[in-house]
Amino acid sequence: MNVLVFLIPASLILGGLGLVAFLWTLKSNQYEDLDGDAWRILSDDDTPPPSS
Amino acid sequence: MSNTAACPACIGLPEGPLEKAASNGTTQVVLSLPGIHCVACINAVERALRAMEGVANARVNLSMKRVTVGTNQPVSPEAMIDTLELAGFEARLLDTSLLGAETDAYGRGLMTRLAVSGFANMNIMLLSVAVWSGAVGATMHMFHWITACIAIPALLYSAQPFFDSGWRSLKAGRLNMDVPISLAILLASGISLYETLYSGRHSYFDAAVTLTFFLLIGRYLDHRSRKAAASAAAQLSALEAPRVMRLRDGVRQMVDFGDLGVGDLVQVLPGGRIPVDGTITDGESQIDRSLLTGESRPIPAKAGASVTAGEVNMTGPLTIRAATVGSDTTLRKMVTMVDQAEAVRNKYTAAADRAAAIYAPVVHLLALVAFVGWMLYSGDLRLSLNIAVAVLIITCPCAMGLAVPAVSTTAAGRLFRAGLLVKDGTALERLAEVDTVVFDKTGTLTMPAAARDALDAETQSVARALTQNATHPVSQAIAASLHEITPAPITAQQEHPGKGLSAIYKGRDVRLGSGAWLGAGRGTYIQIGDCKPQKITLRSELREGAADLVRGWQQIGLAVHLVSGDDADETGTIAAQLGISEWTAEAAPEDKIAYINALTQAGAHVLMVGDGLNDTGALAAAHASVSPATAADASRAASDIVLLNDSLAPLIELPAVARAAKARIMENFTISTMYNVVAVPIALAGFATPLIASIAMSASSITVLLNALRLKGRV
Repeated sequence: MNVLVFLIPASLILGGLGLVAFLWTLKSNQYEDLDGDAWRILSDDDTPPPSS
Repeated sequence: MSNTAACPACIGLPEGPLEKAASNGTTQVVLSLPGIHCVACINAVERALRAMEGVANARVNLSMKRVTVGTNQPVSPEAMIDTLELAGFEARLLDTSLLGAETDAYGRGLMTRLAVSGFANMNIMLLSVAVWSGAVGATMHMFHWITACIAIPALLYSAQPFFDSGWRSLKAGRLNMDVPISLAILLASGISLYETLYSGRHSYFDAAVTLTFFLLIGRYLDHRSRKAAASAAAQLSALEAPRVMRLRDGVRQMVDFGDLGVGDLVQVLPGGRIPVDGTITDGESQIDRSLLTGESRPIPAKAGASVTAGEVNMTGPLTIRAATVGSDTTLRKMVTMVDQAEAVRNKYTAAADRAAAIYAPVVHLLALVAFVGWMLYSGDLRLSLNIAVAVLIITCPCAMGLAVPAVSTTAAGRLFRAGLLVKDGTALERLAEVDTVVFDKTGTLTMPAAARDALDAETQSVARALTQNATHPVSQAIAASLHEITPAPITAQQEHPGKGLSAIYKGRDVRLGSGAWLGAGRGTYIQIGDCKPQKITLRSELREGAADLVRGWQQIGLAVHLVSGDDADETGTIAAQLGISEWTAEAAPEDKIAYINALTQAGAHVLMVGDGLNDTGALAAAHASVSPATAADASRAASDIVLLNDSLAPLIELPAVARAAKARIMENFTISTMYNVVAVPIALAGFATPLIASIAMSASSITVLLNALRLKGRV
């Protein structure tokens, strides 16, 4: 059962990474235009991204 | 897993500030693009706008059907709209100040809570499955402790919306759905903490977290459909950016409507809407008062006459001294009246609230009975509390909380893709009850058009030439019906306010205008040289899909009526064309309201479909209402559903979808009640383990969600 000492923290850390990643996507407005982004990725039109 | 909850139906997911969409440019303009639907549209719109001088960036949001344009030099929105129209896209200016108010902190907070509870739920389930499958002794205790460490902070954070709302309702002395929810979460965590501290066998942390997770999904869906409705309303009112031309010391300047004061002089050009109530000080014109009275014939007006906000100036420039501004204008007052009429309708109790009113007391009573019963039977406080908590958790309205939002989100998403905006939360439920439809005629079932059959080819081409640049609605209708005719070469074209148009054609005078001006009878005439004036018949043309719509609705058993402010001839013709046997003509706005009230008193549930301001009262009085996007502001505000397309065809499936949605809601309530009927006796008898509680809860929630998704298919 000693393996649990590693496995439980590992599962918590991996889950936590997923949570942080999701919160990051939420914060950076990646859900703003789901329809548009779904289409844009298929477009092979090479409009350069707006330089920020 | 939580982001799947974010998009069962992509009705505008407008999280985040609009500024983010275009980081470039010093000023921002937001345009609504109702017609875009694919990647080619996105590219074409962005390319067309970026090619314009002064535009730094353009970013289309396809979900919201709008484009944010960043400019670093002043570019007028009209120029952008023209550019887009040339590229083949209809565009309208949105008032950013109204849209700015919709940043959505609450929705984002819900999403974050959903993510946190999802994370906690996954980890706790990993540990709980081990406990369920037989972990005992030290391992079980360790697992309970880890579970407690994850669950307590997660619950304190994620379940806040339920605690807040439950507490608010308790303070007001009422019981809402959130009271049993909060009680279940708190009691379950409390008893589990106690069991963990004293090495007990059962811990309900997993159930409490799962409950929170599913309920948050329901809450988020509910919030999203409400917000989509609110942003639809904001989008509609933002369509008319209120700028007016003020005359001060002989200088004309464009100012915001809000900056106007009483006594200011306002200039209104032909074709413009009069922004204030006041008197005409200068100019002569004809005024279309149809928005307020429903009367479609223009009325002549000159200096000294009083005008009302909302009327349309037709032929000549007018200068108006403002008597009332802002919220005091007749137009605004009418909107307020509509709001009041709506408040009456808002008393309609949604099925979810009716269910909650029965549900909460029953659940509390059951838990109490379980507790008291087991106390009397066994005398063991710890066991009795455990059983009471099990009853609370099992009966908790997980599925109930999802039953309505899941269905209304799916239905609204389906209707949005068909071009219908559902503005009101209870609209679908009310629509499902509708058995009678009352249509307005002009602007709803018909569009004005000119019949040209009676004219010869030469006259037609002269009429086309005369009317092609004119602003009067009648001229525009004539021009539209002759659009394939080549215009004749004419010179010295003149517009005579209140009379008509004149020009020189092959050395002869040609005139087109009112019969009185040309010395003929009533109506619109055209005269070439000294020949006899010829009459141009104006008739109403059916809107696209009108015939199919009426037939489709009659087939599903709706009684269709037609009530129009127009004269009996015209109304009768249209009614006959559409196969409507019940029609009334020359109805004033009050008559329309009375007509609907009479039907309602006879026991009918009336759906009103109309567009004019004269229909507004009727729209608000009816059980449910629909208006096209071309309708007056107040009418759109008064109606539950707005049709975004020109064609009426998307409306055909509306009653079917509404009925299916209502049926799904009822099924969902039945499903969750069935789960309770099976699980509650188990809990009362004391056989409910955390495993059974979790299974019952998850299974009922998932069944309810899947049942709601069936709406995406055929109805």
